[in-house]
Parts: sequence; C-alpha cells; structure tokens
Amino acid sequence: MVVQALAFYVFAAVATAAGVMVISSRNPVHSVLFLILAFFNAAGLFVLLGAEFLAMLLVVVYVGAVAVLFLFVVMMLDINFAELREGFLQYLPVGAVVGVVLLAELALVAGSWVLSEGAGKTSLPVPGEKMTNTHALGHVLYTDYIYLFQAAGLVLLVAMIGAIVLTHRRRTGVRRQRIATQLDRRREDTIEVVKVPARGGR
Amino acid sequence: MLEIGLAHYLTLAAILFTLGIFGIFLNRKNVIIILMSIELMLLAVNINLVAFSRFLEDMTGQVFAMFVLTVAAAEAAIGLAILVVYFRNRGSIAVEDVNLMKG
Repeated sequence: MVVQALAFYVFAAVATAAGVMVISSRNPVHSVLFLILAFFNAAGLFVLLGAEFLAMLLVVVYVGAVAVLFLFVVMMLDINFAELREGFLQYLPVGAVVGVVLLAELALVAGSWVLSEGAGKTSLPVPGEKMTNTHALGHVLYTDYIYLFQAAGLVLLVAMIGAIVLTHRRRTGVRRQRIATQLDRRREDTIEVVKVPARGGR
Repeated sequence: MLEIGLAHYLTLAAILFTLGIFGIFLNRKNVIIILMSIELMLLAVNINLVAFSRFLEDMTGQVFAMFVLTVAAAEAAIGLAILVVYFRNRGSIAVEDVNLMKG
C-alpha cells in the first residue's frame, strides 16, 4: 500500500512538473521532450490503476507516434521561436486568472459530486483474477462498442487521407515516367525509314 | 494520505487540465505549443476516464479513453499538416495572421 502511494505521488509530481515545463520551456524541442515525459508518467499512473493495455497504448501511440510527429515538425520548420515568445508575459495575468478560476471550479466539482444510482453496476466484464485487463477490454470493445470502434477506424483513415492531401505538393520541373504514354507510342510516330540513294547524300 | 483514492486522480487530472488551458493563454503566438497544450488537456481527460473506470469497476471508461486517444492522434496529425502547409505559404507560424487564410 505504501509502495503504491509512493508510486502515485512520484508519477503525479513528475507528470505535473513536466506539464509545467511543456508550457513554459523556452525551446519547443524541450517542450516536446517534456510532453513525452508527461505521457510516460501518465502511463505509469494507468498501470497503477490497473489499465495496462491503455498504458501500453499511451506509450506506443503518444510517445511513438504523436510526440515524434511533433518533434519532426518542430525540427523541420525553420521558425524563429524567440520572436514567437514576444508577449509571453503580456498574456500571463489573463492566463493566470482563467487558470485559477477553472481550478477553483474543478475543486468545487470535486468537492460536491455524487454518484448516480445506476453507476458502476454494469453487467460488463471486469478484469480480476480470471481475466486480464486486455481481455476484458476486448470483450467490451468488440461487442457493445463495435460501431464506435469502426467509426474510430474511419476517423483515423480520414485523418490520414487529410494529412496526405494537405501536405502533398506537385512539383514542377520534375520528369516523371508516364507508362501510358510510353505504351501508346507507335512505330510510325517515332521512326521514319528513309531511302538514301548511294552517293547521293549531301 | 497513503490510501490513494479517486479524489487523488481527479485532483491530478484537474491540475493537468488547468496547465493545458494556461499553456494556451501563455503561448498565444506559438501554434505548436498550443497543440501540445491540447494534448495535455486530453491526457487529463483520459486520466479522469480511467480513474472512474477503475473505481466504479466499469470497463466503459477505458473504452472511451481509447477513443479519446484515437481522436487525439487524428487531431495532432491534421493540425500539424495544416501547420506545415501554413508555414510553406507564409514562412511563419504566428497565429495572429491566420485570419488571412479566409477566402
């Protein structure tokens, strides 16, 4: 129990500190790296909560794909980040006010919420002695939520096509192989047989 | 204090969510950091969903956390693609000029 509590506090503290660094870091590359740290600690918290599958998903999808995508874009674009940081302190008071108000509201919610009658009494399988977390998740995902699952796949497909369409550009001045044109060539278009009389050339 | 309950996780998620909001206000000009702040907020939502799923013993929360993850990945891909195209056109990523993209 003590180990669990200690692990929670360590993960939570590091995640919060990493979150602070993400938004306040001077260099966006450092921001991305701190975002990765925050995701790793959130994955640790998920393991503590018994959601191992989601923890692994977080590491694979976020650290392996999304964060690397961010890193790629940050390094690929040649941006003057110092210029973008102008007015950093100008927005600080407004942001602080909004943040404090939001945090106060969330604290109010956390202090006064009650559970509704039917909550938590579902017949869905629960991971336990007999069933792993992944097994239980699969039981729910492929039966009750199959349409949502398919819709999620569709969302990813649309995102993939959208990203390709947006960033693909047709460059001019590049010679490409056009197989249809190559196959379309006929003998009379390209070769001319000329009868040359002997010793008659000019 | 040593008994980690639902309230602990909700507090952490609230702090992370507020950090995300704060980050959007703090880095008004830098779209990349704004996108990262949005990821941070979605992570906070995910922590909430998984914590409720664990303490109410209902797998639905984890299923929805997975869907949030999917949408977050799609959003990051599209957002960064738009950013790359915008940078190609304008040579900067300052958000103030984004309304020039209108028609």
